[in-house]
Amino acid sequence: MNRLLDIRNLHVSFDTHAGEVKAVRGVDFHLDKGETLAIVGESGSGKSVTTKALMRLIPNPPGRIKEGQMLFEGRDLVSLSEKEMEKLRGKDISMIFQDPMTSLNPTMKVGKQLMEPLIKHQKMSKSDARKRAVELLELVGLPNPEARMSQFPHQFSGGQRQRVVIGIALACNPKILIADEPTTALDVTIQAQILELMKELQKKIETAIIFITHDLGVVANVADRVAVMYGGQVVETGTVDEIFYDPRHPYTWGLLSSMPSLDTDEESELQAIPGTPPDLLHPPKGDAFALRSEYALKIDFEKEPPTYQLSPTHFVKSWLLHPSAPEVEPPASVRQQMKPMPNNFEKPVLAGEVR
Amino acid sequence: MAEKLVEIKQLKQYFNEGKPNMVKAVDGISFDIYRGETLGLVGESGCGKSTTGRTIIRLYEATDGQVLFNGKDVHGKKSKAELKEFNRKMQMIFQDPYASLNPRMKVADIIAEGIDLHGLAKNKKERMEKVYKLLETVGLNREHANRYPHEFSGGQRQRIGIARALAVEPEFIIADEPISALDVSIQAQVVNLMKQLQAERGLTYLFIAHDLSMVKYISDRIGVMYFGKLVELAPSDVLYNNPLHPYTQSLLSAIPLPDPEHERSRRRKTYDPAIHNYAPDEKVEMREVEPGHFVYCSERELEAYQTNV
Repeated sequence: MNRLLDIRNLHVSFDTHAGEVKAVRGVDFHLDKGETLAIVGESGSGKSVTTKALMRLIPNPPGRIKEGQMLFEGRDLVSLSEKEMEKLRGKDISMIFQDPMTSLNPTMKVGKQLMEPLIKHQKMSKSDARKRAVELLELVGLPNPEARMSQFPHQFSGGQRQRVVIGIALACNPKILIADEPTTALDVTIQAQILELMKELQKKIETAIIFITHDLGVVANVADRVAVMYGGQVVETGTVDEIFYDPRHPYTWGLLSSMPSLDTDEESELQAIPGTPPDLLHPPKGDAFALRSEYALKIDFEKEPPTYQLSPTHFVKSWLLHPSAPEVEPPASVRQQMKPMPNNFEKPVLAGEVR
Repeated sequence: MAEKLVEIKQLKQYFNEGKPNMVKAVDGISFDIYRGETLGLVGESGCGKSTTGRTIIRLYEATDGQVLFNGKDVHGKKSKAELKEFNRKMQMIFQDPYASLNPRMKVADIIAEGIDLHGLAKNKKERMEKVYKLLETVGLNREHANRYPHEFSGGQRQRIGIARALAVEPEFIIADEPISALDVSIQAQVVNLMKQLQAERGLTYLFIAHDLSMVKYISDRIGVMYFGKLVELAPSDVLYNNPLHPYTQSLLSAIPLPDPEHERSRRRKTYDPAIHNYAPDEKVEMREVEPGHFVYCSERELEAYQTNV
C-alpha cells in the first residue's frame, strides 16, 4: 500500500458569538503516494478548512479540531505538538495559496524567500541553499534565474509569482503539496502553463497533490481522484472518470450541469442549483443538500444518509443508493456524458461491508 | 437585428498620454452592437476589455474616436439634460458584488438612487412599489428592501446590482465580469436571470469576461481582445468552431473542459506575435473574412484565412 495520508472522521468547529459553526462534519478521505486528489465544492463547503486543519493552521481560538484522526505516514497529526508540526510544515507538507500577490513577502528578495525553507529544514549552508534556489527557479521555468534571485516580488507578473510560490513549496521535495485554488487568480493561458508545470514537477519528485478548486475543467485536467464536498462533508469520491462519467450524488449532478460546456446550446437554460449553501451554525438534519435538491426523499429530511460504495474507489453519501430508493434520472446534460464503468459492483453496497 | 444600437469607431484610450509611461490600453478599436443582442468581449487581464467598457459608458474620457449610442455621440460636449438622458439609457453591472454596493445604504435606497435622480417616481409609495417590483424581478423578495448589503451573499448582492441597473429602465447594459466572483452554481443563477431579463425587456448587453465557456453560452457574437486591439470578431459558434487569428486559437486551446477524456488529448497552442511577420509598410486592420467574421490581419493573411473558411 502506498497510503500516505488517511483522514478519518474529521470534525472542525469554530466558536463564534452566535454559537458553534460546524465547518467540517465528519470528513474521511485518503491520499496515496504521487497521486492528485481534487477537492471540489462551493465556498463554505469546508474544503479550505479541511486542508488548513491538515496543516494545523486553524487559529485556536476560535477554531478547533473537535474529533477525528489525520494519519500521515502512520503519525496522527492531530496530537502532534506545535514544535513537531513546525518540522513538518513546508518540509513534508507544503501549501500553495490562491493569491500569488499576497503569499510572498513584498519586502524580501525572492532568492531569500526561496532559501528560507532550505536553510531551516534541510540545514543547508547559505551557499548551498543559494545554489539550490537558483535550480528551483530554473525548475519552475523562470528564465535568467541568477538575476531573478535578487529581485523583489513586485518585479514579477502574476504567473511568475505563482511559479516562485510553487518553487518555494517544492523546495524541500514535500511528500504532500496542498494547492488551494492556485490558478483561480490567473488568466487561462497562464493557468494552462502552471497546471502543466505542476504535473511535470509531480512526475519528477513524486509529490502527492491535494488540489482545491471549483473549476471542473481544471479538475478534469489534473485529478486522478475527486472528492466532492458539501456542507462540511464529503458527499462523493471516486476516480476522475467515475465522477464525470458516472456521478451518483444529486449535488455532483448539480455542479456538473451548472457549467456550460462549449457545446451547450444557447437556447437551453443552465441548470442552476437553486437556493444557497446550508448554514453550518445550524446544520440541517438529515442530508445537508436535501433542501436544494429536487431528488430529495422523505428520509433525507430526517436521517443522515450512510455512505454507499459502487466500486473499489467510488463512494457516495446519499439515500438514493439505498436498495428501496426510487429510481431517478440525472439531468439531461449529465446523462449525455454517462459511460459504463468497468469496475462497478453489481449493485451498490454499504461502505465497509466489502472486503 | 440589423439595427445598430451602439457604434464604436476607432476608439482609443491612452493613460499618461505624452509621458514615458504612456499605456495604450485601448488602441483604435471599432465594432457595432446591435439592438437586442449580447456581445461578449474576452481577453486576458490587461488586454483592455474593461477599459473599453468603461470608456463606452464614459467613466473615462476617450483619448480619440467615437462612441455613438442611437446615432448620437456619447463623448464630447453635452448639456446636463442630454447627459442625464444618456446615463439613464446605459447602465453598468460591476464585477465585485462586495465593493460595488455602498455598505451604509439600505438596499431600497441603493436600488432607488437612480429612480430618485431621474425623477421616475411621483411619490414615496410609487418609489417603494418600484423597488419591490425590481427585487421580485431579480428573484429576491420585498422584505429584503430594508436590509443592508452585508446581510447578503455574493450571488444575492449581484442580483441587487442588477436590480439597481434595471431601475432606470436602460436599453443597454455593460456587464463587466458580473459572475467572476461567484461560485459555479450561483453563476448559473445569475446568467439565467440576465438571459431571462433580456428576453422580457429586449435589453442589449456588452458582456465582458474571461471565462470563455460562459461567454459562449450567453453571447450572440464575441470579440477577442489582445493588447488593446480587437483581433477577431465573429458570431459565437463561428468563433469557437473556426477561430482564425492565432491568438484566438491559443486562447481557446487553453480552456480546460469538464471532460477527462478530452483533457487527456487536448493540445495547447501557444501564440507568438512574431509569426505574423508584418512588413513595415503592410496595412494591418480589421478585415471581413466571411460575412460577419472579422479578423485583424494584413492583406496577405486575409487571403490565407479565406482559404480556411
